[in-house]
Formats: sequence, C-alpha cells, structure tokens
Amino acid sequence: MNEPVPALLAGHPNKLPRPKGELEALQAAWELPKSWRIVTSVNNTVVGYFYVAAAVLFFLLAGILALLMRLQLAVPSNTFLSPETYNQIFTMHGTVMMFLFAVPVVEAMGILLLPQMLGARDLPFPRLGAFAFWAYFVGGIIFFGTLFYDLAPSGGWFMYPPLTGAQYSPGLGADFWLLGIGFIEISAIAGAIELIVGVLRTRAPGMTLDRMPIFAWTMLVFAGMIVFAFPAVILATLLLELERAFGWPFFVPQKGGDALLWQHLFWFFGHPEVYIIFLPAAGMVSMIVPTMSRTPLVGYRLIVVALIATGFFSFGLWVHHMFATGIPALSLNLFSAASMAVALPSGIQVFAWIATIAAGRLQLTTASLFVLGFLFVFTLGGLTGVMVAMVPFDWQAHDTYFVVAHFHYVLVGGMLFPMFGAFYYWAPAFSRRVLSERFGKAAFSLMFIGFNVAFFPMHITGLMGMPRRVYTYPAVAEWSVLNMISTIGAFLFASGVLVFLFDLVRNLRPTVSDPIGDVWKGASLEWLHNHIYGPRSIPLVTSRDPLWDQPGLSEESKEGRHYLPGTVTGQRETIITSPIEAMPQALQRLPGDGWPPLLAAVFTAGFFMLLTVKYVTLAFVSGVLALAMILIWMWGSDQRPLPHAEIGHGIKVPTYVGGPLSHSWWAMVVLMLVAGSLYLSLVFSYLFLWTVSPQVWPKPEQMPPSLWPFVSAVLLTASSGLIVLAGRALPVRSRNRIAFVAAIGLAVLSLCGSLGVEVLSHWRAGFRPDVDAHGALVYMASFLQLQFVLTLVVMAGFAIARCLAGMLSRRRRVVFGNLALLWHYTVAQGLFGLLLVHGFPRVA
Amino acid sequence: MNGILQSVLAPHGPQAGQIATLAWALFAFGSLVLGLVIAAIWLAMRGAPRIREVLARERTIILLGLALPVAALTILLACGAWLTRAQTGHADEALRIEVTGQQWWWRVVYDGPAPIVSSNEIRIPVGQPVDFTLKAADVIHSFWVPSLGGKIDMIPGRTTRLRLTAERAGVYRGQCAEYCGGPHALMSFKLIAMPRHEYDAWLERLAGPQSAPSTDNEQRGQLLFLAAGCGTCHAVRGTDAAGKIGPDLTHFASRGSVGIDTLPLTAENLDRFIRDGQHIKPGNRMPEFRIFSSAEQTALVSYLMSLQ
Repeated sequence: MNEPVPALLAGHPNKLPRPKGELEALQAAWELPKSWRIVTSVNNTVVGYFYVAAAVLFFLLAGILALLMRLQLAVPSNTFLSPETYNQIFTMHGTVMMFLFAVPVVEAMGILLLPQMLGARDLPFPRLGAFAFWAYFVGGIIFFGTLFYDLAPSGGWFMYPPLTGAQYSPGLGADFWLLGIGFIEISAIAGAIELIVGVLRTRAPGMTLDRMPIFAWTMLVFAGMIVFAFPAVILATLLLELERAFGWPFFVPQKGGDALLWQHLFWFFGHPEVYIIFLPAAGMVSMIVPTMSRTPLVGYRLIVVALIATGFFSFGLWVHHMFATGIPALSLNLFSAASMAVALPSGIQVFAWIATIAAGRLQLTTASLFVLGFLFVFTLGGLTGVMVAMVPFDWQAHDTYFVVAHFHYVLVGGMLFPMFGAFYYWAPAFSRRVLSERFGKAAFSLMFIGFNVAFFPMHITGLMGMPRRVYTYPAVAEWSVLNMISTIGAFLFASGVLVFLFDLVRNLRPTVSDPIGDVWKGASLEWLHNHIYGPRSIPLVTSRDPLWDQPGLSEESKEGRHYLPGTVTGQRETIITSPIEAMPQALQRLPGDGWPPLLAAVFTAGFFMLLTVKYVTLAFVSGVLALAMILIWMWGSDQRPLPHAEIGHGIKVPTYVGGPLSHSWWAMVVLMLVAGSLYLSLVFSYLFLWTVSPQVWPKPEQMPPSLWPFVSAVLLTASSGLIVLAGRALPVRSRNRIAFVAAIGLAVLSLCGSLGVEVLSHWRAGFRPDVDAHGALVYMASFLQLQFVLTLVVMAGFAIARCLAGMLSRRRRVVFGNLALLWHYTVAQGLFGLLLVHGFPRVA
Repeated sequence: MNGILQSVLAPHGPQAGQIATLAWALFAFGSLVLGLVIAAIWLAMRGAPRIREVLARERTIILLGLALPVAALTILLACGAWLTRAQTGHADEALRIEVTGQQWWWRVVYDGPAPIVSSNEIRIPVGQPVDFTLKAADVIHSFWVPSLGGKIDMIPGRTTRLRLTAERAGVYRGQCAEYCGGPHALMSFKLIAMPRHEYDAWLERLAGPQSAPSTDNEQRGQLLFLAAGCGTCHAVRGTDAAGKIGPDLTHFASRGSVGIDTLPLTAENLDRFIRDGQHIKPGNRMPEFRIFSSAEQTALVSYLMSLQ
C-alpha cells in the first residue's frame, strides 16, 4: 500500500468545532424538489433510483414476453401465438433485455452507487445523467408500446438485413427498432461519458487509482467499452435506416452492398456488449465477496489487469458470431483463439473470489447465495462458451437451443444473479429497512432451481437438432419433453422474481437522508453516513478498505472533520481531483434541479419517434424544442469565476478551471473518442465493401478533379486557423468583441463551404447515393460530417451569444475551449475523409 | 414425426461423427472443470485451514485461473484447428448439388449435362461425399442437416459450400437454422440417402420429362392447373407452366410431403393445402385457392398426384 501524500495528511482529522449553520447551509443547497416535482431533480441518488426502477420494470416486461414464448413452446404445434406475434415477441424479448434492461441497469447502478463509493457529492454532470435517464425511459416506453399496436419489429434482436430491409420488412417495426434503439444508445453514451469523468475526476482526495474500489474500476472499463463499441452499431442503424428510407444500398448485393457488413458492425458492438454487461456485475461480486467474507479482496491487482484485458480482448472476437457464414479457415482459427483467450481473465477473477472466500469466512447471506449461484451458473456458461468457440462444434451448435442455453447461462448467471445479490447487498444504503433475508433466500432458491430447470435442458434440445427462433416444432418425442421441462422451469424462475417483488413492497423504504446504512460492516465509502449530498465531509482516503483500515473515519466524516464539510459558494459542489493520484485540484460547482434536462429528453424522444411514423413537421418542431431546452440548460453552465476557495485543512483550490483541468474538457475528449469510433466504423465499411465489390468503385479518371478536394481541404484548414485566431481575439473585458465574432463567423462560413464543395464535387462527377454502394458511402461520409458541422454551427452561435452577453472572455472561456476542441476534431475528420474518399480510388 | 433423424448426437456421416466425438470430449472437459471449480468453492468455505490457506494465495489464483486454462485451451485450440481443416478440405470426386434458400422453401438443382431442378427434398447416394453449393434468393437462410454435419449460412450475393456424406441409407431431416421471418419454423426438408444404383435410376427418371396425364380427371386437372395461373409460380417440365417463384412440381408426387415438409403427401393433405395453405403454413407466399368447385379441386389434386 502506498504512503499517503503528506501534504494531504496535515491536520487530519480537523479537531476544531464546526461553525454554526454550516450543516444547514449544506442541506439547503442540496434540498430536493417537493412532491411530484421530484422528477425535475438531477441528483444522482434520485435519478439513480428512477433509473434502477425503470430498468427493473423493463426486466419484468421482457420477462413476461419470455413466459409467453415458453407457453407457446410448451407443447408441439401449439397455436397459442401466431407466427407473426411470436416473431415480434422474441425480437422484443431480446431487444428489451439487452438494450432496455441489461445495459441501463448497470449504468443505473453506476449512477446510484459511484458518487457515494468514490466520496463525491454527485456526478460531474448531473443534468446529463438526468437527460440520459429520461431519454431512455421515454424512448423505452414508446418502443415497448409498439407491441400493443402490432408495430413491433420482428427481425430478431440482431436485425440481420436483408430480412430487415425495406423489401422484406416493409412495416414500421424495423424503423422503430433502428431509430428507437439508436436513440437509446445515444443516451447510454451520455451516461458513459458521465461515468468516465466521474470515476477519473471526482474521487475522494487520496483515493489513488490503486485504492479505487473494484466496482469503480469495472464501471470505468464498462464506460470505456461503450465509447468504442456503441458507435459501431449506431453507424449500422444509420446505414440500414438510410437504406430503408432512401434506398442507399449498403446491404444490397446487386448494387455492391453486402449483408455481412451489418453482421461485422453489429457484432463489433454485440460481442463487447456481453462484457459490457458482465464486467460491472463482476465488479459488484468483487465488492460483495470481501464484505461477506470479512477480509480484503485477494488479488486486487490481478483482477484490475483481468478487467482491462477483458476490455481489450472483447473487441477482437466478434467474428465468432459468424463462424457459419463461410469465412476462410485462417480467420476462423484466429477468432477461435481470441474467443478462448477471453476466458482467461474470467478464470482469474473466479479464482480470486474463491481465494477471498478461503481467506475469510463467508457468511451465507442472500447476497452471498446469489454470488455462489453466479459462480456455478457463470462457470457453466463460460465452459459452453469455450465449446462454441471451437469452430467445428459451433457449426453444429450455432443458432440452436444450445446457444440459447449458453448465452442465458452467461447473461443470467453472469449479470442477473450478481445484480440481485447487489440489490440485497446495497438496499440498506438506500432504504430505511433492510430487505428480508428469509424472502431473499426463498427468491434465490426458486430463481436458481427454476433457471437451471428451464435452461439446462435447452443444451440437449439444441443438440437434438432444434433451431432457435422457431414459433413451433413437430411432435418429436424428445423435443416435446425437453420443451415442457423448460417451460415449467421458466415459471419456477418467475415465481422467484415474484417473491423478490413481494419483498421489495414489504421492506424497501427508499430514502435519501436516513438509510439504515452499514449493516454488513463494509469497507468502502458508500457505507459512511450518507445523505443526498453524500458524506457530510469528504474523507481523506489512505487505504483500499478505508472503513476497515481507518478507524473512526465514519464518525469523523459525519462530524465534518474532513474535506468540504459545508458549502463554500452556497451552491452544490464537489471536489475535482487529479485522475491518478486523486489530489484536490478544483472545486466544481454543480447545477441545481430544473426542467430542461427532462424536457430536452422528452422532445428528443419525440423527435425520433415522430420521425419514425413519418410526421416530419411535428418531428422537426419537437427537435427544435429539444435543442432550445439544451441551450437553456447550457446557458446556465460555465458559471462566473470566483476566488479560490478553501476546502478544509488549509487547502485552497480554484473554483474555475479551464483546459485539461476542467471536467468538461475531459467529457469533450471522451466525446471525440466516440466520434472517432463512429467515423472509423464508416472507414471500415468503406474498405470492407470495396473488398467485396470493387467493380462499383470508380476508376481514377472518373473521380472528381483533384482541385475540388484541394479547395475543400483549404477551407477546412482555414476554418481551424480562424478558430485559433478567435481564441486570441477573445475579449479581456466586455468591449471589443467584433474581432471574435468576425473570426467565428468566417470560420463557420469556410467550414460549411468545405462541406458544400465536397458534396458538389461528387454530384458533378455523377455519383448518386442510391445507385451503388460506393456512391452511398461517399455521401455517407459527408452525412456524418454534416452532423458535426450542424452541431458546430449551433455551438458557434451559442459562443457568439455568450460573448455578446459578456459571459465569454479570456478568463471565462470554457465554452470556447469546448467549441475549439470539437472544431479541430471535425476538421481533422474532414481532412481524413477527403483523403479516403478522393485518395483511395486513385491508388486502389 | 417420431423417429426422425435430426440430432447432432446421432451422427450418420464422417463430418457429423467427428464433431460428435469432439462434443463428447468437450462435455467431459467441461464437467471436469466445473467439478474443479465447485470443489474449490467448497474447500474455500468448508475445507481444512491448510487447504484454505493455499487457496487464498495469489499464486494459486495464477495457477488455477491462468496457467491451467492456458494449457487446456491451447490443446483444445489445436484440435479445433485440425478439425476445421479436415472439414473444409475438398476432394475432386465429390458430387455437386446446388441448393438455394428462399422464403420459405428450398430449390434444389442436381448437376448433370443439363441441370435438373427439384425442390424441398434432396436425394444423395450413400457413401459418396456431396459438395453442396449454397445460395440465397432473398434473405439469409442456413442449411443444416444435424445428423450429417454442421451448418453453413446461405447469404444473398454470396456462394457458400458444405460437404456432407451419408454413411447409411435413411431419411435425414434438415432445417433452416437462420431466422428468415414468417414461417421460418416450418422451413425444413428431407434429405434421403439411397444406394448408388437406386440413386442413379432415380436421377435418370427425375431428368426425364413428365408423362402426359392418363385419365380424364388428370387431364381436366392439368387444364385447370394451366388455366388458373398456377404456372406463374410453379414449373412442370414439358408443359407451359414455367414459373420460378414457387417450387418446381415436375415430379411432385414422388416427394414425400406437401407444403414443404409440413404435411405428409396424401390427396387429402394436398387438397387442404391448396384451399387452406395459410392455416397450415402461415405467411407462406402461396395464396389460398378457394375458387374451384369440389369436382375441379378433385381433378386438380389427381393431376398433381399423378406427377410421379
């Protein structure tokens, strides 16, 4: 264990009596909105509650769909559900479980738990968190509602074209999937940005990366994986929606497209997705096991390495979902090896937990039982995973009930059991009463037995030749018996979930101010005396298990003897610390509650859903309203600089920082990584389709003359230069704003001009987006660029308005700093695009 | 339907046999590892202090969680790579059959001086490796005969290949394994392996034209068939019916089923399928024909049943 940084230790804990009124001021700053206005709260605990509750709601809904399917399959040749209904239901079951339950519930647990666990008062972007939640909730409800209007998608949760193209799925169902899920993924990315910056910049002083709770590590890797994985599927949904709406032939083989492009993009997201879901659950296990065994986690560093390794490996094995597509043997073996390699980090984690249990004494609480259940089920799922990673075995098992069994063992075992364990474990941190151990153990028993009765036979059903996604099957004796057993197991499992719900109703008493607290005698900071604002004072952390190794910490923190015992500015605040050593760097003022994030989310959801049903005008109105809400919300950010503030123990930190010190700089950098992944997915698509159909690519002499891209490049570069000049021209005081406004205005003009020149060059060369795959990709590159240009135009207008209002100056410049960052990124992306689109056909 | 052969664990050919052997080896391996993990958990909770002390070491984590799996997985990977090669190798003397997946039936074309078109039932000679050339006409399908070997997808715009060999004569059931919408669940077929000489004779007969209808009833049926527009979608070689949207019916009555393996072939079932096909195979592309009088319907059925 590292020595604590001496400067931080001086005067700890503060023995002086706390001034009168300090606590009251802190409470006043964090006061919650009253009664139903609670929906306007942006506080992470409130939003976290809503978020977890909504995710559980979607879990129940998707679970009911599963029971309907099991009823249909209970006997052969059943007519309980029509084929079309069954197809919609299995599509919705998978989609809702993956996109509306598994990822959101994990993100929700992060939003709920992380600030308390890290000793922060809130997450760094409370309104972004609230926006992410409401966008997900409104979008999710509308999406689920399509089932009741027979408008639900029926193409399976991975939506393979051409089945999901306009010709074979002419209805609105596929559009709801593409726009709805694309939109909900944007909300997931918003949440991920929030979590990354939260973990890296708002930890309690002294909580170095090496002392961070494993759950925070997993959330960091989780959010990082979302940043790189989700853009691939967002691009895929964009491509397919453009193909459906305007006939841009990305997946049509007759025009140079390829159905396999979708599969590559989808599984490049879809496989990491499994680990995106699993890692945070593993992080929860790494928190529960040490507490229940009353001993520190064995192999902390091994586990951290394993987590990071899983993150990396998981991007290298998406092709194992495509072993049956007839790809060459060499790539088969390569991806087979990668698929097996990813089992190794899981092996390390499993034996680290076993080592921790061996080092201590495991109390058999409900949470521990769920962990033990997880170890059994997940190990079995991992082993069948190794089996399907064997290419020849996969040729038989692929797309059968064996695979259905496998991924339910991995997902239910690897994610759902730990999640239920986590509900039982963390409920005391957020409820006035603990959940019942008696009901909990009953729920666990029913769920564990029911799960295995339902899913173990499916391994055999699959090997007996039953494919997945069939609404009925012939009366083969073995199939009938096995399916009936599975149906019985599914209902047993559901009864366990019912017992859990009953327990919730009886015992869960949500509270933000006086939870029952540390009943398990845990080691991490969420077991301090926490309120809506987290701990009274933010503790100095000198160990991995602060509540075990720092006696008296809980009382000291409660009495205000550590950092930031009140509010310095009278507003909500949290401490910004350095990313690795967690040294205090700044005091971050946090925004209060309000309507804009909620309304922005509702109108954004409205925009996408109205667009889906082709009410274009209404959609446009909704989109403008969403933008207005976001602008109102942004107007209140980047507050006036104040003098340095003391956060306790004589440590003075700035209350206003720009550049890499500021939390928004970090968020912008993460956003650029998202954008870069999105663009790289497009580059991959371009090169992939070229390898498939080089015949639709133009010959060098058919390309637009090189003067065109040259002009476009000059304009792009010039706009970046103008932004640099604008930064120099930022007024020191409120006078002399013309130079700044003029520079920004000219930069906007040349940026728009460059895009115009680029599009025109292809149009004049005779390329059309709906004729062949090359044309479609070329215009797609400009389409992506257009989205950034539009964003920048709005941001530029915003910066000009702030400047004219006297709210942007050389000192108060975060708004401009973010604009400049995104601007230079967009220019770099544009230049790269020109090189690809104009250069590649000339050298290929 | 009892006693169909559609099981990975009941292999009837070398390809499926190798994979089944691999499967049993994997199950043994999996049980061993699962047993090891359960034992370790038990010992960690209830074992003697000495054992628990060993289990709690970081070196044990590395040994059991990393070193052991690396060794085991390397061996498995080598086996997998070898078997992948063994299964994808091609021999020259193989027979070639082209199968195209369509919503929701199978077009089968046998290689010959002139390609011989059939549908929804595939016949192969026993003991002879067969190279299937696989295509898709609309969406992605997947060609799978579990008792004979693994599956390969049929992808629009691409051609994939699969080699299967039947070691014993018999009827093997195959089924589309990639979800293809609507009645995907009913998109199955029969693969019949027969002795070489029977196969040759059968293929020769299949290549030949259809004999003219012999009875009055059958002749009336043929006229109805042509007049009602059946030939827009279906083909019967030697007549004007040359449609390519639905299955080729030239030797329809020699096949064992109606509605692509949804019902056994009998006159009543055929009659039902023509009138009530959307009920028997919901979503299939053939509209229900209820325009015929019962005499006409009988004539039509007897014509189709004569297409031996």
